[in-house]
Amino acid sequence: MEKTLMKGNEAVGAAAIRGGCRYFFGYPITPQNEVPEYMSRELPKVGGVFLQAESEIAAINMVYGAAGSGARVMTSSSSPGIALKQEGISYIAGAELPCVIVNMMRGGPGLGSIQPGQADYFQATRGGGNGDYRHIVFAPASVQETVDIMMESFDVADQYRIPVMVLGDGMIGQMMEPVEFRDPPTRDLPPKDWATTGTGGRRDPNIINSLRLLPHDLEAHNEHIAAKHRLIEQNEVRWESYLTEDAEIVFVSYGTSSRIVRNAVEALREEGVAAGLVRPITLWPFPQKPFDELGGSVRALMAVEMSQGQMVDDVKIAAAGRWPVGFHGRTGGMVPDQHDIIKQAKQMLGEVA
Amino acid sequence: MPIVFEKTRGLTDKETHYCPGCTHGIIHRLVAEVLEEMDLLDNAIGVAPVGCSVFAYDYFNCDMHEAAHGRAPAVATGIKRVLPDRTVFSYQGDGDLASIGTAEVVHAAHRGEKITVIFVNNAIYGMTGGQMAPTTLLGQKTTTSPYGREKSHAGSPIRISEMLATIDGAAFIERTSVHNPKWVNKAKKAIRQAFTVQQKGLGFSLVEVLSTCPTNWGMTPQDALGWLEENMIPYYPLANFRKPEEVHA
Repeated sequence: MEKTLMKGNEAVGAAAIRGGCRYFFGYPITPQNEVPEYMSRELPKVGGVFLQAESEIAAINMVYGAAGSGARVMTSSSSPGIALKQEGISYIAGAELPCVIVNMMRGGPGLGSIQPGQADYFQATRGGGNGDYRHIVFAPASVQETVDIMMESFDVADQYRIPVMVLGDGMIGQMMEPVEFRDPPTRDLPPKDWATTGTGGRRDPNIINSLRLLPHDLEAHNEHIAAKHRLIEQNEVRWESYLTEDAEIVFVSYGTSSRIVRNAVEALREEGVAAGLVRPITLWPFPQKPFDELGGSVRALMAVEMSQGQMVDDVKIAAAGRWPVGFHGRTGGMVPDQHDIIKQAKQMLGEVA
Repeated sequence: MPIVFEKTRGLTDKETHYCPGCTHGIIHRLVAEVLEEMDLLDNAIGVAPVGCSVFAYDYFNCDMHEAAHGRAPAVATGIKRVLPDRTVFSYQGDGDLASIGTAEVVHAAHRGEKITVIFVNNAIYGMTGGQMAPTTLLGQKTTTSPYGREKSHAGSPIRISEMLATIDGAAFIERTSVHNPKWVNKAKKAIRQAFTVQQKGLGFSLVEVLSTCPTNWGMTPQDALGWLEENMIPYYPLANFRKPEEVHA
């Protein structure tokens, strides 16, 4: 298939529609505005509905309603807007509904900036809303990977009846790269016999709900959800390991920062330093296996993020004390510099020698 | 013996959790009867609120979706946009709709969202134990206005129907009451007209129903009905504020 040059945010929209998304509810916020703009233009052409909500809160609750009706539905926003959506995401997770949420992260906290950031890692992976829940978090590192993930996300959401978050950043959303649209592997999807579509007089009423006042009921429900999480951890965890086989230092980085780290790895290799990269593609579930598979050559790990250090906590959990874990981060819309990464890596290897 | 009366098929057999004398039961039944009589029940999706009527999803005998506090009109919007030929309604109290959910109801009305909102106004937060609502009357004592609501401190009670009636997309807005049999019948007629507006695709419809809370008002059910009539109706006049020509007949 021929490749097309597309801006990340528009590619999100194009891939979503190809992935079967027919409903979009959102609210303008930089740097993701091309997603709603694209959807407002293209969804009506395929019989879908784009609706600009009065707020991010309303948008996610429209998603909640549409998902309950059995539709393939998404919303997109950026950091402060995603913060507003957390109530709805918690309800959607509690009611076990499928939907896709895109976060093109910007700098924070508060209004922060409109430049790329990765400081919503905790919010995305720990459950930014209340209660015991998880949702899948994909972190693409290119526009092509964003397309592949978007096209598959609606299937993944439907398979597990769970929200799927695609966590990009201002860089992924704003840059242009050549993409092709490839159908994801076919999944066996359960029928949406739980949807509130009207009984038609043919069945008992369906109820979409996250409220369970009896403690043993809620505990049983949460255990059911947790069992689903375990299944997702078995089936859906994704990562890329790059030059880790003989590495003495292994970087861990995702999304935009991982692209800079990859350059740093190559530059270090040219200087004779055996560097490698583990790039988590799912942030939840976080990949444990690539760490367990690291060889005896490894002397140190280093997390590189556009934050003050969030994913580094998961790296420490995965490392389980086997290696020292360093951290390099830039925030506020600044992106890491390859030379700073290299310098800190050498310093760390010197320290752990 | 011939059966001369049956409970509407629009309600389940589940015993409700409402307090003795609470008028939610009457309003539930009116909505359910209208849905059944208009043959909309099998086609209906209701949205339950947070508040006393949070368990409405167990009582209405149709597909139901439980919303977060105040968000019912947004949830109903999502449902209606996916299923435009279904009948979609929300059932909300005054804390839910007139306080935390004002943005959602105003903009659902503004878009002319083809949903029907049943707005139950009893001038208090019932479920949480009788706190002041935006609809609490001046001077009314609640657990968070123990000296009586003061205008200089908490503002005046909000008149939702009058406010929404200024919005173009609001096709049908009526305030009614269930404090006596005459008004129960009138309330049913208003609810029927609101669903007719939706059925005809004319826009947003809302029926505000004045209701009692004997438990948190600290009155007998009988006294509460009298209090509603004497205190609430003078401030919240019972009237139609917007009605399209198509449903006048």
